[in-house]
Amino acid sequence: MTQQLVNGLFAGSIYALFAVGYTLVFGVLDILNLAHQAVFMLAAFTALELVIGSHVSIYVALLIAMSVAGALGALLYAVAFRPLRGRPNSYFSALISSIAMATIFEAVAQHAWGANAGHFPLGTFPSHAFLVGSAVFTLLQVVILAVSLAMMIGLHLVVQHTKLGKAMRAVAENERAARVLGIDVERVVLISLVISSALGGVAGVLYALQYNSVAYDMGRPLELKGLAVIVLGGMGSIPGAVIGGFLLGLVEVQTVAHIGSGERDAAAFIVLFLILLLRPRGLLGRKAVREA
Amino acid sequence: MGWLSAFYNQNSSTIEFIGINALLGLSLYITLACGLLSLANAGFMAIGAYTSALLTLHRGAPFPVVLLAGALMPALLALPLGLPVLRLRGVFLAIATIGFGEVVRIFFLNWSYARGALGLNGIPQETAAWLIYVSLGVLLYFFWRLRRSKMGYALEAIRQDEAAARASGVNTTFYKLLAFIVGAAIAGFAGALQAHLRFIVDPNDFNFATAVNVLEYAVVGGMALFLGPVLGAALLTALPEALRHLTQLGIQPGPDRQLVSGIILLLVILFLPGGLVSLFQGMRPRFRLPAALRVARA
Repeated sequence: MTQQLVNGLFAGSIYALFAVGYTLVFGVLDILNLAHQAVFMLAAFTALELVIGSHVSIYVALLIAMSVAGALGALLYAVAFRPLRGRPNSYFSALISSIAMATIFEAVAQHAWGANAGHFPLGTFPSHAFLVGSAVFTLLQVVILAVSLAMMIGLHLVVQHTKLGKAMRAVAENERAARVLGIDVERVVLISLVISSALGGVAGVLYALQYNSVAYDMGRPLELKGLAVIVLGGMGSIPGAVIGGFLLGLVEVQTVAHIGSGERDAAAFIVLFLILLLRPRGLLGRKAVREA
Repeated sequence: MGWLSAFYNQNSSTIEFIGINALLGLSLYITLACGLLSLANAGFMAIGAYTSALLTLHRGAPFPVVLLAGALMPALLALPLGLPVLRLRGVFLAIATIGFGEVVRIFFLNWSYARGALGLNGIPQETAAWLIYVSLGVLLYFFWRLRRSKMGYALEAIRQDEAAARASGVNTTFYKLLAFIVGAAIAGFAGALQAHLRFIVDPNDFNFATAVNVLEYAVVGGMALFLGPVLGAALLTALPEALRHLTQLGIQPGPDRQLVSGIILLLVILFLPGGLVSLFQGMRPRFRLPAALRVARA
């Protein structure tokens, strides 16, 4: 029982970290960035390439992969989002352009690394395990949890307590008013995408370490579960995404324990569905924004 | 005509799949026509495919009955699904319908009566190219007539401004639900045709990527006219095959096809937001009726 809670918590921390970036872009830009999962995947490949090809330590690889992911965020902004800004119905065209970018990223990854999954070499990460009470967990899991929490707390501090964060919240609240007040909206949007992608990249490396597998399509399940997480937490709400991520991890573990492993993936979508129908603004979202 | 039949024999499966994908594109078009971005069509297609294949395999039902059931079953499910879901707006409807599609896929993946992840196989090949294209022709006629019908105007009014449409007396809930149900029926019908074309039904054929492919047909082809999704389906289905013939020129089949379709999608959304049909729009005024006549027909 305790073991299940612990496992749910570790899985949940990666979901939360992935979803925080997803929801940040939704909050600031009002668009669903479906290329987030592809950035997640490319960051994992970057770390794998560095560990295998250049024998760097996993921590250095994590930092470089994070920077690469941030740069990909800037690329996404420049190619897929900026040209569409100001179009009527931009949520739709941005959704499409992010799908196009995800397709291109996946094709590039498949070209470079093939269709088979790659694995980190033995000893990439020390395999210590701890026994606390009746629950076992590994050093890797502790590091995953610590890194995820540190990143999410860092993001929270930036958004709540810096000038940049204030600008981000202003743009999220009302873009036109923010512009009138002299905020460089395009710069805020660019920075939001870079931060979001960097966080997604870290989530990708951690996820790849956790399951020791890197593949061009590894982000796809996360993309859909990430939707469930941000809807559960309330679209655009960062604390909501964190709570949603942990809740989803726990719900999945409980589903496997009490119903069956085949139903695990359905849990996320049933939760998603119920939330949209019963409480469309999610746990911590703003009121009445998504009904006609 | 010899070269024509030779061409058909070489490309028959591509031609059949263009037809099926065009049907799928139309199933999405009807909801887009009233401004709804629903990505449930892969799920409805799965329901149609499974319903029809199970009826054929376990009940030995005649093919026309099977096809009808393949269209009716998803339509019946679309009614209770649509009532609550269609209240959601914009991207939230898209998210809810993506969730529905995944639940359907996971249900079939775990349903032992339909052999779970193994899927169904040994389905007799009853679908023929003429059947696909006759169905497509009938649907295109329906869509052509729809444009100047009461329902067509209602959908267009809802797409442009739902609140204004409701205020002018359009029963928006009814028409949105109707569009959703018709879309589900078309997708289910396409699923039933495909099941009886390919011998197999695999639950993972109906994943999010399939839903996205259908959306790509509509976007690349253009949504201003019902011919758009058909054009998009034809281009995006034929292109990988054309590329396959170019492999001597150094183009690899798998990832490069994906790369090309991703780039096409990006270029279309950036530079040709109206899709391929907008290329022909300059010619359209010539075929238009004089304004007075148009009003009289309306």
